Amino acid sequence: MDSEPKKDIEVAPALIAVHPDQCSVAVAVGHHLRVFDLLAGSAVSLTDDSGASPFHTDNIRAIRFGAKGKLFVSAGDDKTVKVWSTQSWRCITSVSSEKRVSAVAISDDGTYVCFADKFGLVWIVDLDPPLHDKKPAPLLSHYCSIITSLEFSPDGRFILSADRDFKIRVTCFPKNPLNGAHQIQSFCLGHTEFVSCLAFVQAQECPQGLLLSGSGDATVRLWNVESGALLDTCEVATKAGLLESDGKAEDHDHAVTDLCTVLDGLLVAVAIQSLQGIILLSCNVSAKTLSVSKVVSIGGEAFVPTCLASPSTGTLWMVTGVSTLPGCNYPALARVRVISGIDVEQEPVIVGDDSIPGGEKLLETLQGTASVDDNAFLAAAEAVKTAMGHLLIKKQYPSENRESRKKCRNDRKLKG
Amino acid sequence: MSENEVNPTISKSTGLPRKRFYRARAHSNPLSDSHFPVSISPSHVDYSRHYPQLFPSAGQADSSKRIQFADVGCGFGGLLISLSTLFPETLMIGMELRDKVTEYVKERISSLRVANPGQYQNVSVVRTNSMKYIPNYFGKGQLSKMFFLFPDPHFKEKNHRRRVISPFLLDEYAYVLEVGGIIYTITDVEELGEWMKSCLENHPMFEALTEKELEADPVVKLLSSATEEGQKVARNGGQTFQAVFRRIVPSDQTS
Ligand SMILES: C[S@@+](CC[C@H](N)C(=O)[O-])C[C@H]1O[C@@H](n2cnc3c(N)ncnc32)[C@H](O)[C@@H]1O
Repeated sequence: MDSEPKKDIEVAPALIAVHPDQCSVAVAVGHHLRVFDLLAGSAVSLTDDSGASPFHTDNIRAIRFGAKGKLFVSAGDDKTVKVWSTQSWRCITSVSSEKRVSAVAISDDGTYVCFADKFGLVWIVDLDPPLHDKKPAPLLSHYCSIITSLEFSPDGRFILSADRDFKIRVTCFPKNPLNGAHQIQSFCLGHTEFVSCLAFVQAQECPQGLLLSGSGDATVRLWNVESGALLDTCEVATKAGLLESDGKAEDHDHAVTDLCTVLDGLLVAVAIQSLQGIILLSCNVSAKTLSVSKVVSIGGEAFVPTCLASPSTGTLWMVTGVSTLPGCNYPALARVRVISGIDVEQEPVIVGDDSIPGGEKLLETLQGTASVDDNAFLAAAEAVKTAMGHLLIKKQYPSENRESRKKCRNDRKLKG
Repeated sequence: MSENEVNPTISKSTGLPRKRFYRARAHSNPLSDSHFPVSISPSHVDYSRHYPQLFPSAGQADSSKRIQFADVGCGFGGLLISLSTLFPETLMIGMELRDKVTEYVKERISSLRVANPGQYQNVSVVRTNSMKYIPNYFGKGQLSKMFFLFPDPHFKEKNHRRRVISPFLLDEYAYVLEVGGIIYTITDVEELGEWMKSCLENHPMFEALTEKELEADPVVKLLSSATEEGQKVARNGGQTFQAVFRRIVPSDQTS
């Protein structure tokens, strides 16, 4: 556990993020960061005064817009966190992490950026004043578990962290977080596999929001973060007819990989490991229930989304792809698709490449090419599955291997 | 096993499990991945399995009685056995990472239950990694006492994060402890004693007990005498270093 996992088995899934007002869309695949300006209708050229080129030197693991769209952050295996102004697309702050970074969050007011490292530590940096090579302060820690998602509650009172040990921790975000966040509000416990994603549903009835979480256990759950109470569990794969109700999701085929609220949480889009398409859940905030609304299949090509994003409208942006595929001609494979007209009443529309916002230029920018060979995506979907397995699924060693593993442990070697 | 076959792991003279059959590696690496079942949440802890006489039915009858004391890294369980009769109305549990040691404690408790009908019903043990799974066993403010007696020292700087008392883990202990609850630590390793004390002193949710409070607390006397490790240290005439702190409401209430 002391040595980081070997590089050669590591494949990073493609990521997507959309500006809350749909001003721009960003895709990260491998170490590439690609941004398209939807208002100008052209690719954005990012600038980093520190002269770093490329901006990231290893797989990017987390990107997101924050502070109501004013900021954008990117981070990953190169142990750097970069904060960009979305006005100028200039890197305004960079932070060096001791370990690889697995998740990031930006406080709503744009004052703080938090990031989680591979050892379960969450760090915080103050963006005022923005500087290069800012020193982060430790905020909180999950004991040696990979943190998969970091999220501020909509009211800013809590910071949430989810890990691969099934745990979601809700911590009070203090007045002066640079001294650490010591007061734990609750733990949301109930998932039986790694937690892969978090999102908040906001509604008039519930200004502090309800929490949604997706997991390797093939469920999406709804929580009250204040008490940690589990409000509802939606067995998405079973309910969507992907899984026999008595079937065991042992091979993690139905792991929830990402979720994203659409229309302020009225609907929730869910990506599942083996599903060519997405599942839409409807969330009833007053009854505190989740139910499958419809399955939106994407036919014609092997499109299993690795990441979802939605601005506050009824549009859902999806990406699939991986950093590198052994024996594949496309070094950084990404495919972007859009579903529009998502509404409770309406039938959602899978937007064709010719009518995608930003058009061919956007596809060229974000995918690296306007068209990609379908077969590559089947391979990509497989690679992502393997990568998720390595990252998230707890390794179950057969007991006869345990002795040999112990023998090659690092600390033993040192002593020997 | 037929009826008159003897169980070699149980001493014939005392009826207690023999320790030598339950020896294990002296130190475990608490960071390595687990191979034991983990409770999904505090409400999933099966009280009827741990305290069968007090919780006769398996169902989670919403009994108000919850575990209140946790002995973390309980080893062979000496402290629990002493506490069991001192606080007969309180439910308590030991948490231990080593499989064989946990089995020993289980045997020890069941032997004591058989030999002393009606007693030792309030004590149990669970095999788990306390550094990862405390919140899976106890809810917010559930515990009134936590014990960390003679924990593994992990001397090397790079192994300090394996220590059971650390600034970050104290956040979790503060969460499971009720306000006014007490955390007891003791060690014979001076450097570790200093470390535990400074972690507690620097944490906004803990405050040291006064000398007077320490004297009045009957549990303090058990720290150096009740456990197997404590007895070993005492036999060798070793010095001990204790730190006993109370869970408080942080002054920065706005946080
Ligand atoms: C030196 S012994 C002390 C035992 C006992 N408290 C006593 O005083 O005799 C430390 C114990 O803590 C256990 N331990 C170490 N790390 C642990 C962890 N993360 N979770 C539970 N137990 C742990 C070890 O297996 C060992 O039995």
